[in-house]
Amino acid sequence: MKKGMVEFYVGIFMIIGIVCSSYLIIELGGVRVINTNDYRLYAYFSSVAGLKKGAGVEMAGVEIGNVVSITLDTEKLLAKVELGIHENIKLAEDVMASVKTSGVIGDRYINLSPGGSETMLESGETIFNTESAIDIESLVSKYIFEKEEKKK
Amino acid sequence: MKSPLIEFIDVKKSFGSNHVMQGVNLSIYEDETTVVIGKSGSGKSVLLKHIIGLMHHDSGKVLFKGEEISSMPRKKREEFKLNFSYMFQENALFDSMNIYENIALPLTETSRFSKQEIRKKVEMRMEQLEIQGTSNKYPAQLSGGMKKRVALARALITEPSIVLFDEPTTGLDPVRKNGVHAMIKSYQQMFGFTAVIVSHEIPDIFQIAQRVAMIEKGKIIFQGSAEEIMKSDLNEVSNFINGIGDFMEY
Amino acid sequence: MIIKSVENFGFWTTQQIENVGRIFIFLFTGLFHIFTFPLQIFKIIEHTWFIGTKSMVVIMLTGIFTGMVLGLQGYYTLIKFGSEGMLGSAVALTLIRELGPVLTAIMITARAGSAMAAEIGVMRISEQIDALETMNINPVRFIFSPRIVASIISFPLLTALFDVVGVVGGYVTGSLMLGINGGIYIYRVNESVVMADITGGFLKSLVFAIVVTTVCCSQGYFTHLQTRGGFGAKGVSFSTTTAVVNSCVMILVFDYVITYLLL
Ligand SMILES: Nc1ncnc2c1ncn2[C@@H]1O[C@H](COP(=O)(O)OP(=O)(O)OP(=O)(O)O)[C@@H](O)[C@H]1O
Ligand SMILES: [Mg+2]
Repeated sequence: MKKGMVEFYVGIFMIIGIVCSSYLIIELGGVRVINTNDYRLYAYFSSVAGLKKGAGVEMAGVEIGNVVSITLDTEKLLAKVELGIHENIKLAEDVMASVKTSGVIGDRYINLSPGGSETMLESGETIFNTESAIDIESLVSKYIFEKEEKKK
Repeated sequence: MKSPLIEFIDVKKSFGSNHVMQGVNLSIYEDETTVVIGKSGSGKSVLLKHIIGLMHHDSGKVLFKGEEISSMPRKKREEFKLNFSYMFQENALFDSMNIYENIALPLTETSRFSKQEIRKKVEMRMEQLEIQGTSNKYPAQLSGGMKKRVALARALITEPSIVLFDEPTTGLDPVRKNGVHAMIKSYQQMFGFTAVIVSHEIPDIFQIAQRVAMIEKGKIIFQGSAEEIMKSDLNEVSNFINGIGDFMEY
Repeated sequence: MIIKSVENFGFWTTQQIENVGRIFIFLFTGLFHIFTFPLQIFKIIEHTWFIGTKSMVVIMLTGIFTGMVLGLQGYYTLIKFGSEGMLGSAVALTLIRELGPVLTAIMITARAGSAMAAEIGVMRISEQIDALETMNINPVRFIFSPRIVASIISFPLLTALFDVVGVVGGYVTGSLMLGINGGIYIYRVNESVVMADITGGFLKSLVFAIVVTTVCCSQGYFTHLQTRGGFGAKGVSFSTTTAVVNSCVMILVFDYVITYLLL
C-alpha cells in the first residue's frame, strides 16, 4: 500500500462522511427557520407533554408559525410556550390554543381556533384560552367511569 | 578499585514458586564488555531485564551509578533509558513495520535528526550488517539470522553508551557471528561503550570479553576475567565451558 | 468451605477493581498523549484508513438492510393504525436515535476492534511493547493515542453514513416496493427529525468510539495480565474475544444510559 493511496482513500472517506453529516445536520436537523419578522405570543398550558421547540403552529390545518421556546413558569407552575406567528396573520383576543397530535403516534403541534372578538392580539401578549395536551389515559378512564356511573 | 556502573546486590526474584534469582551479586564496570553465561533457563534474560527496568526484583538492590533503578524519578529514568539499548533474545521487531522503519524507529520517535540524516545512518548500519536491500520487506519475510541482524542494527542506531545484548549471535552462521563479535569489539575500542552480552558462544565470546560472569541456580557462581574463567577450578564452571554434563546414555 | 468462597470472592472483587483502575489510567494516559508533541499525524491517517475507510462498505451494507427491514416492519405495524404515512418518521427516528450509532459501533468493533485487540496482543506477547519501553517511546502514546483519535474521527462519520443509507433503505421498501408516496416519506423524515436527535446520535457515536477503542486496545495491551487464556496465541485469542464481547455489552449499556440522560 503506497502512502499516497492511504491519504487519498482517507480523503474520500472524510468527504463522504462529512457530506452525510451535513445532510443530517442541515437538511433533517435544520432548526425550522424562525422568521425575525414573526411576532411573539405567549400561552400557558397545564401540560405540553410531547411538544417540542420548533413544532408547528397551525390554524385550520395551515401552518402559521412555530413554537419558539417552552419554559416552566415557576410562579404559576404552568408550561409557558412562546409562539412565533407570521406577521401578516392577526389573531383575535379570544383565540383558543390547544396542543394536538397528528396521527396516533405522531408529533405534537399547536392548533389555534379562531375567536370572535374585535380586539386583536399584539406582539408579546398572552393567549388566555388554552387546552392542554390530551392525556389518553385520563380520556380512557373518564370514558369507562362515565359508563359505570350511567349504569347506576 | 573502580566503582561499578551497574551493581546487583543480593537480588531475588521469583515467578510463583520458580525462584529464578536467589541472591544475585554482580558488578558491571563502565567501558567494559561483560559476558553472562549460564545454562538455558538459568535466568540470564531475566537478569538483563532487571537492568533496564522491564522486570522488578522482589528484594535486594539493582544500582546504576549507586542509585536504585526502580525508584528513580521519571525525569531521571528517561535520561537513563536514553543511554541504553536493549537487544531482545526474540528480536521483538515490529511486524507491522518494514525493516527500514524498524531500524529507524528509535531515531524517528525520540531524536531531532532530519529525514536525510536518519536515512544515512540507517543505510550505513544496514550495510555494516549486510542486510541492504531488505528495507521494504517485513520481519516475517526474513530469515532468523537476518532478523537478528536487524535487531542488532536497531539496538545500535542510537549510538547508545550502554548496550545489553541478549544472545546477539544465536542463529548466525560462523562468518556472520565472527563479524558481529568483531563489530562489537571495534565499536568498543572506538566509542568505548559498556556492553553486557548474554551468549552461548563459548569460547569465541571470551575474546571480546573483559569480564565473564556465570549464573547457575539463581546465583552468580563466578565472575572475573576471561583468562580466569578458563582456569577456574570450580567443577560447574569448567564442566559448563567444556560442555560436559551428566547425560543419560541412550 | 464458606470462608474459602468468601475469600475467592474478595480476591475476585479486588482484581476487578484493579482492572477498572488500570483501564482508566490507560485511557487518560492515551488521551493526554494525543496532545504531546510531535503530533502523530501520519499514524492517525493510517488508522483512520483502517478504522474508517475500510469499514465503509460493511457499514453501507448493514445500513441499507437495516433501513429496508425497518421499512418493512414499520409499514406492517403502522398500516394497522392507518398511519403508514408516518413510515419516514419511524424509520428516520429509529435509525438516527438508536440503531445508527449502536449498529455502527458494533460493526466497527467486529471489524476493527477485534483487529486492534489481536494486533496489540501480539505486540505484547512478542515483547514489542517492552521494546518500545526500552527505546524510551511511550507505548500507550505510540499504540493507543493515534487509534483513539482515528476512532473519534471515524465513528461519527460512519454513523452519519449509516443513517443516510438506512433512510434510503427505508425509502426503497416503503416507497418503491410497498407504494407509499415518496414525497410523503421524505417529508416525514424531514419534519420529524430535530436537531436534538442528530446531536444525540453524534454524542452516542463519540462515546462509543472512546468505549470501544479503550476496551479493545486495553485488552490487547494487558494480554499478559489476564489469567484465563494463558500466554501466547491462546492468550491473544482470549483477549480478542473478551474485547469484542465486552465492547458490545458496553455499547448497549452506554446506549441505555445516554438515552436515559438525553430524554
Ligand atoms: N515472564 C515470566 N513469567 C514467568 N516465568 C518466567 C518469565 N520470564 C522468565 N521466566 C522463568 O525464568 C526462568 C529463567 O528464564 P530466562 O529467560 O531468564 O532464561 P535464560 O537464562 O535466558 O535461558 P536461555 O538461554 O534459554 O535464553 C525460566 O525458568 C523461565 O521459566
Ligand atoms: Mg534468554
